[in-house]
Amino acid sequence: MSDKQAFVRTTVSASASPDEQTLTSAVETRSLNVFYGSFRAVKDVDLTVYDNEITALIGSSGCGKSTLLRSFNRMNDLVAGARVDGEVLYHDRNIYDSDVDPVEVRRRIGMVFQKPNPFPKSIYDNVAWGAKVNGYRGNVDALVEEALGQAALWDEVKDKLDQSGYSLSGGQQQRLCIARTIAVKPEIILMDEPTSALDPVATLRIEELIQELKTKYTIVIVTHNMQQAARASDFTAFLNMDEDRAGRVVEFGKTGDIFTRPEHEETENYITGRFG
Amino acid sequence: MSAGAFPKGAQLEAQINRRRRQGVYLRLSFLGSLMLAILALLTLLANIINSAFGLVALENAVSPAALVEEIGLDPAGSALSDLSKDDLLLVLEGNINNNVGRRLEREQRFYSDSLVFETQTKWDEICAREVDRPAGCSGDVRGRDDVYALVVEQIVQPKALETWSLIDSVLHRSEIEAAAAVSYPDADLVFRSWLSMDFVTSPQSPKAEVAGVRTAVLGSLWIVLVTIVFSFPVGVAAAVYLEEYARDTRLNRLIQTNINNLAGVPSIIYGMLGLAIFVRVLETFTSGAFLGAVDGGVTANGRTVVSAGLTLGLLILPIIIINAQEAIRAVPQSLRSAGMALGATQWQTIRAHVLPNAVPGILTGAILAVARALGETAPLVVVGASTFITTDPSGPFAKFTALPIQIFQWTSRPQDEFRNIAAAAIIVLLIMLLALNATAIVLRNRYARRV
Amino acid sequence: MNPSAAATVEAIDLTRKPRPLEVLVQGSMFLAGMISILTTIGIVFVLGREALLFFQTDEVTLGEFFGSTTWEPQILEFGIWPLVRSTMMVSLIAVLVAVPLGLATAIYLSEYASERARGILKPILEVLAGIPTVVYGYFALTFMTPMLRSIFGVSIVEIFNVASAGIVVGILIIPLVSSMSEDALHAVPLSLREAAYGLGATKLEVSLRIVLPAALSGVTAAFVVSVSRAIGETMVVAIAAGASPRNWNLGKDGVLTTILNPFISGETMTGHIVRISGGDLSYNSIDYNSVFAIGLMLFLMTLGLNLLSRRFVARFREVYE
Repeated sequence: MSDKQAFVRTTVSASASPDEQTLTSAVETRSLNVFYGSFRAVKDVDLTVYDNEITALIGSSGCGKSTLLRSFNRMNDLVAGARVDGEVLYHDRNIYDSDVDPVEVRRRIGMVFQKPNPFPKSIYDNVAWGAKVNGYRGNVDALVEEALGQAALWDEVKDKLDQSGYSLSGGQQQRLCIARTIAVKPEIILMDEPTSALDPVATLRIEELIQELKTKYTIVIVTHNMQQAARASDFTAFLNMDEDRAGRVVEFGKTGDIFTRPEHEETENYITGRFG
Repeated sequence: MSAGAFPKGAQLEAQINRRRRQGVYLRLSFLGSLMLAILALLTLLANIINSAFGLVALENAVSPAALVEEIGLDPAGSALSDLSKDDLLLVLEGNINNNVGRRLEREQRFYSDSLVFETQTKWDEICAREVDRPAGCSGDVRGRDDVYALVVEQIVQPKALETWSLIDSVLHRSEIEAAAAVSYPDADLVFRSWLSMDFVTSPQSPKAEVAGVRTAVLGSLWIVLVTIVFSFPVGVAAAVYLEEYARDTRLNRLIQTNINNLAGVPSIIYGMLGLAIFVRVLETFTSGAFLGAVDGGVTANGRTVVSAGLTLGLLILPIIIINAQEAIRAVPQSLRSAGMALGATQWQTIRAHVLPNAVPGILTGAILAVARALGETAPLVVVGASTFITTDPSGPFAKFTALPIQIFQWTSRPQDEFRNIAAAAIIVLLIMLLALNATAIVLRNRYARRV
Repeated sequence: MNPSAAATVEAIDLTRKPRPLEVLVQGSMFLAGMISILTTIGIVFVLGREALLFFQTDEVTLGEFFGSTTWEPQILEFGIWPLVRSTMMVSLIAVLVAVPLGLATAIYLSEYASERARGILKPILEVLAGIPTVVYGYFALTFMTPMLRSIFGVSIVEIFNVASAGIVVGILIIPLVSSMSEDALHAVPLSLREAAYGLGATKLEVSLRIVLPAALSGVTAAFVVSVSRAIGETMVVAIAAGASPRNWNLGKDGVLTTILNPFISGETMTGHIVRISGGDLSYNSIDYNSVFAIGLMLFLMTLGLNLLSRRFVARFREVYE
């Protein structure tokens, strides 16, 4: 366990160039285990997500990537029978401490889901609602415009803000979901295979958008598309299933390193498509 | 391999034909069963219509034309049914004795500013009483239709000597006419629709010829109102709790199992619960005594609209909960996740996303449950529906009767003409139910189109 | 250092904040759920208490209640059997009508009918299910009884009789039987049907020998629920079955002429409750208490049957879902 911790640290520092010494951790897990009932879905994960970087979680389906991602903002609380062991440190607090408010956590750590899931409301309301419930004081119109602008959607929807979110195409819907997340001004955005339901063109636009968002937000993205991970992320964690089907982090490092010279054979096999 | 053999040639053909024939016969009998069920439904409806319309041998004690003439109007120009309230009161004053008049006035006044049968001093005296204060003192005034109904009931006194069903009336009209001419030489043989505007607007009466369902319909509406006000919020809240908040604990499982079991408890048991709890234990509240709202003689102990409404509320609560749960469960999980991921609290998410999307389903289920309440009879009998009241229910603490109760009572009477008005009342009830169901279907379709 | 790294330094507060609205909402919704528990407790308490008072009086013992075949409150005879007899007769007739018709209807709808036919036929059955029971009572008295009397003879069929009530109760629960059975038939996997067709079975053979046995526990559940529903049905029997308990005497009265004769009148448990409580019933009288004793029995019988049916449904679900 502590070996792994050391391993993670060394991977980073070994390849670190001088300016990357300034990396600060945004979220850090310590021997994190997630259970669904008696089934262990995620096993002994020690992982650090760095500020203003894009971290990709890759691995075959069912290996616990999404579960790990959802444990970063306590979305697993909403699943009946889910239980978390270990720590997820955010701003020096374990977010699973009993006196931490999951609502506060989720406001700061937003999430974009696999399938675009706009609310069945107008485009405007989709973006404004999150801000409203979080007590945003200020010009909501300006906030909506800013969020849609950051999500590269403003020009496409500015004339039809009162139309339903469902009137948009799949890719636009997903960007609307991103805008909605941005509007509550989170620090971290978690993305759970955000492009898996989209066509290649829409996928490309989202990937470009993720790059732009990087300057303002820390991003963790789950993907099973290795090109996407290679193209769009700075760091990559490879997860794999153990014999007991629990997911664990096999290797973590700079994306370039993981894809060009993986240290583990498992990683190499996965990346070169020899299984999964 | 065994040495047996399958049939071949003609034998095979015979075997297959036999199996095919069996198939056809049984298929026909399955279809026949279904058709029998539908036939039963059609018969039931036809039977009601058959009784609700038909020939009647009617005999009036006084002819309406004579009454119109009596107050100096031309019977050719104005029918009794068209007279104004003032004219009708003239007829009433001229034809009933003062005692009856005073009794009617004490039930409910004719004018708000003057008295017709009572003297002002006597009126002030009886209305100052502590006990036995008549209902009329409350100041409610009889409407024109009410006065007309009184004239017909008290003076014209139409009497149905014999009634015939719709089918007989159409198929054997001439025989009936011949027979009636012999048996009832003084009676008019008229084709009567027992279901009429008069029937809907007239109050209850011991005489089938003039009785109506207004009292009962208003009673039903009042009861259902109380039922909705109680069971809708409670039912939806319970459903939200079970679907959104409840963890898988023993208590919550017990609540769920319990709701499912309650849905199967016979309705009459709810009546007994209502009788023991709402009528007896909570009498202070259900009689309105705690508000001091008891107007002498208007309410009788706890057997009030509130008790009836709450009893039916408990009865349909499991149905509302189960239906609402289904509607809530149908809201996609992704909306909840999206709401929560924005840092909304659980209730903010439920209110903004779960409930609005479940509303059509919840409403459809609730409407069907209310339809069930509207047709319930047994629990109301047990809770203590009044066997005979002619005054409209004045509020939640009034004595009550209801449309199904009225149907039950009329059906139980041996005279034919009560069967006729029971059939007419059934049609009124079915129309009310049809309206409710149509609303539910419209909602369901609109919902289906959106998803 | 980038701007948001600077932001990280600034302390943020993740501590749980008091959210009174959330607590209030969740609490009141929990209470709404508890009302159902209170209802059950209320039913058990009310029926149990009054029944206890009934059995504590000197006029009646448990032995008499369950042993006697005479129910005559006027002379303080409280034997439940006359009422149970009528209830059982009505339920038996109802089930004999409803189960074959309901099941056949379900087989037709599930196995034979086209999607379009189902779309038309099922709502009709729903209409049948939505008609108030008092209307069925009217139907029994004004249509079924005269019909039975014209078929079997006025001297054999009394004006109030359990046969008429039973048949109409049967019609009333056809939709219940058919919809529950259809659900069960529908849940049988298509692969099972295909396997049978693959062996050369005809449609009928598949329906009757493969699908129906596979759905048997679901169909049994429908059967049990229909019995429970028939026992608890009130208005039809109150109107059409008769308004006085039919006392009988095993040994003296003929089994077929009286005890099992469907054409004579007989008040059921529910019918008796309605008649007695519909009159001016004074509280704390033995009549009042006796009605609750009957109610308790009725409650226990229907509850037992409903629980039994749930077990069948659960067994069925276990296999196919």
